[in-house]
Amino acid sequence: MLPATPADGKCMHLFLQQVFNGVMLGSTYAIVALGLTLVFGILNVPNFAHGHLYMLGAYVSFFLMTLYGFGFWTALIASMVILALVGILIERVVYRPLRDKPHINSFISAVGALMILETSVIVFWGPQGRRIPNPYPGTVELLGITMTYQRLLVIMAAIVLIALLQIFIKKTTPGTTIEAVAQNREGAMLVGVNVNWVSSLTFAISTATAAAAACLVAPIFMISPTMGALLGMKAFVIVILGGLGSIPGAILGGYILGLLEAIGGGYLSAAYKDVYAFGALILILSIRPTGLFGREVS
Amino acid sequence: MLLQVKNLSKHFAGLAAVDDVSLQVREGEILAIVGPNGAGKSVLFGLISGLLRPTSGQIYLQGEEITGLKPHLIARKGIGRTFQTTALFDQLRVLDNLAIGYRLCTSGGFWSTLSHSHRWEEDKNRTTAKVMEALHFVGLAEKAFHFVPTLSQAEQKRLSIGIALISQPKMILLDEPTSALILEDTEQITDLIKKIYRVRGITVCLIEHKMRMVMDLAQRIIVLNFGRVIAEGTPEEISKNPEVIEAYLGGEYVA
Amino acid sequence: MAAIKFLRKKWFYVLLLVLALALPFLITNRYHFQIVIMGCLFSISTLGLNLILGYTGQASLAHAGFFGIGAYGVALMAKSGISFWLALPLSALLTALIGFLIGLPTLRTRGSYFAIVTLCFGVIVSIVAGNWIDLTGGYTGVVGIPLPNPLSIPLAGEINFQSLVAQYYLVLAFLLFTLLVMHRLVYSLLGLSFMAIRNNEVLAGAVGINPFAGKILSFVVANFFAGLAGGIYASLMGSISPSTASFELTFSWLVYLLLGGVATLAGPILGAFAIPVLMEYLQSLVEYRLIIFGALLIAVIIYFPRGLMGGFSTLEERVRAFYGRRRGAKSAVAG
Repeated sequence: MLPATPADGKCMHLFLQQVFNGVMLGSTYAIVALGLTLVFGILNVPNFAHGHLYMLGAYVSFFLMTLYGFGFWTALIASMVILALVGILIERVVYRPLRDKPHINSFISAVGALMILETSVIVFWGPQGRRIPNPYPGTVELLGITMTYQRLLVIMAAIVLIALLQIFIKKTTPGTTIEAVAQNREGAMLVGVNVNWVSSLTFAISTATAAAAACLVAPIFMISPTMGALLGMKAFVIVILGGLGSIPGAILGGYILGLLEAIGGGYLSAAYKDVYAFGALILILSIRPTGLFGREVS
Repeated sequence: MLLQVKNLSKHFAGLAAVDDVSLQVREGEILAIVGPNGAGKSVLFGLISGLLRPTSGQIYLQGEEITGLKPHLIARKGIGRTFQTTALFDQLRVLDNLAIGYRLCTSGGFWSTLSHSHRWEEDKNRTTAKVMEALHFVGLAEKAFHFVPTLSQAEQKRLSIGIALISQPKMILLDEPTSALILEDTEQITDLIKKIYRVRGITVCLIEHKMRMVMDLAQRIIVLNFGRVIAEGTPEEISKNPEVIEAYLGGEYVA
Repeated sequence: MAAIKFLRKKWFYVLLLVLALALPFLITNRYHFQIVIMGCLFSISTLGLNLILGYTGQASLAHAGFFGIGAYGVALMAKSGISFWLALPLSALLTALIGFLIGLPTLRTRGSYFAIVTLCFGVIVSIVAGNWIDLTGGYTGVVGIPLPNPLSIPLAGEINFQSLVAQYYLVLAFLLFTLLVMHRLVYSLLGLSFMAIRNNEVLAGAVGINPFAGKILSFVVANFFAGLAGGIYASLMGSISPSTASFELTFSWLVYLLLGGVATLAGPILGAFAIPVLMEYLQSLVEYRLIIFGALLIAVIIYFPRGLMGGFSTLEERVRAFYGRRRGAKSAVAG
């Protein structure tokens, strides 16, 4: 995080700076929550491993960049591809065998997967944080806000990614099928949709986009084996509040959370910023057990 | 009058599954609710038993309003039910299933269980006695210690009826108690239903497709179609009702 | 079936008890003894997890978080002079209360949301423990937690808890207490109602059981025992830190429970002992421990969802079903 500017007469700049950071943070959250909500809508169970897959995406690109000298963008694309495959594997091995069993079995299976991911990363790269070289150092000044190129990149790439995803979901056949299954699985099955490939495809998209988000953000913050856990947790909060399977909910929720954290963290306590989201979740669930825009569970 | 339903409606995303239904269930009768598939019969049961919230309308049990109460409260008021797809505790044994059905008649909670108090002892003894009774009533005494998946379809249906009965409710809702059963088993269940009314004095309200069975069993029939009541009366009257015949498109559901 | 039958016999358990009581005379290696003590302690927490997850079917992934709350509770109270024997029940009750407050808004909703909330709560506990420096000492944790105060027993003098043997008997006593409570709870109509909620929540409601009340009760009791185990852990270990509440611990208990056998009383204990002991023998694999656990967890939940002990009863069921069907077929043929 950039150092806060002094308060005298520069309150506006401080505020705008936080807004900028919030938008950047929110972009990351929006992409990750988007992938998660699609899968949650399809599977009906949360993918606990989502945050860890995000983390793996960052590590894969780190690995490719440091060991094989990949460029930033090549590593990002490669990471997306690899994570898409991992996502398909996870769906096949961890979730599909438990499709008709009580949900709790899927939770437990997912917990096993997440532990494997986290520990594997620790075994290969150690528990300490790592730095990914910043491909676009340098900043630009606008409206008194200092924006690093990398952060701008995150925001712009996020917009592009979200737009592409929207087009895919609304305009292509596989995309509309995914949306249909996410909103009404029984109905889609009755019409003859093959739920298996829809699940695989959705997982692949979900993990690939998470990987992209991770790679974009990695040069800004350090990467560590535990970076995914906290992010995954926030993504869940966003998805529950925004509504399962709702893409607008995930995007909106992601930006709102990002802004809340940046502004709250800037003005209130930074250490507890992660707790706000959780507190909000408990509060909302007390009032509306189905989440803010949730569907009634039959 | 045991149960009164007034102008009950349930809409799902604009579609009226139950549309302004009013009916009564009289104490001590066997009432059958029939109608083509999708007529809203199971939804009606869901509304009465509290599983679904009505969009509008009221339900009264012995004059007391029970509209929109949670299912476990309605069960405690004295309405038992079975489900169309046989619902049982399939990880447990037959006698466990019946004991659970009787739970609402026991009062012991956390502390009496922990201390093995007098009340706990009483609950245990009473439950054991009632379970024995129920086992004999539905004819599953030999299978008491068997796990549910080892039972045949007919036995499972009998068990689900036993679970609904054991707490001696005022009224029991049976949702297609003989679906997927062969003739011999269907007759067994029919006899059991007659016994429910005769021996236990529990009012029965059932949904059925097998018209021959319904004609034989029911004292009164209500016919639903597209979520509305289209006819009401004795088996005689219903079989002659032109609207009813049209609703079934001239075909009968042969038992 | 003879091999399985002996597990039902009372004398087997009496023998186990005698063995447990005589253990200090059989194991003299200090390190092994500590493993046994840990095994007993984690048996308590795993038995708690078993109640909410195994019997009532709700995925509470915050168990180590509650363990941590119990640990910090005793640590802070004992360090400010309160006797262990008062601090422990207070801390356990506090843990149960916090569990109640968390459970209220979240057990009303779908199981997935409860699982997510508990997962988050566990993380929150670690964060708060690490950041509330004034109260908890931050990431360095709390050190210098006193051992349990000496107990004076009439006619026998004073027992102090400096020796490992005394600590073992202390933990064993609490384990037996936990077992007694669990036994009474699960072998009862109340226990049956928990299993009913797990098996078919809709049907449970239809027969007059309040699923929400059942879930809250078993969640609160489970957390009480997590807090209890945490409190004892704090006093015996002497120091704790936010990592005491780490998800890694919840995960390990999940593995003990799943492998040892869900919804049995022997299962959690079996798991809590067998797996750490196994890991001791496989020292070379210590780094990969969690990967192995993870893979085992996935395999077990897919193929043996009831775990080892549960596997026995499944076996019994299958055999009975086989004989039942044969008899049924025979009578049908005979007419």
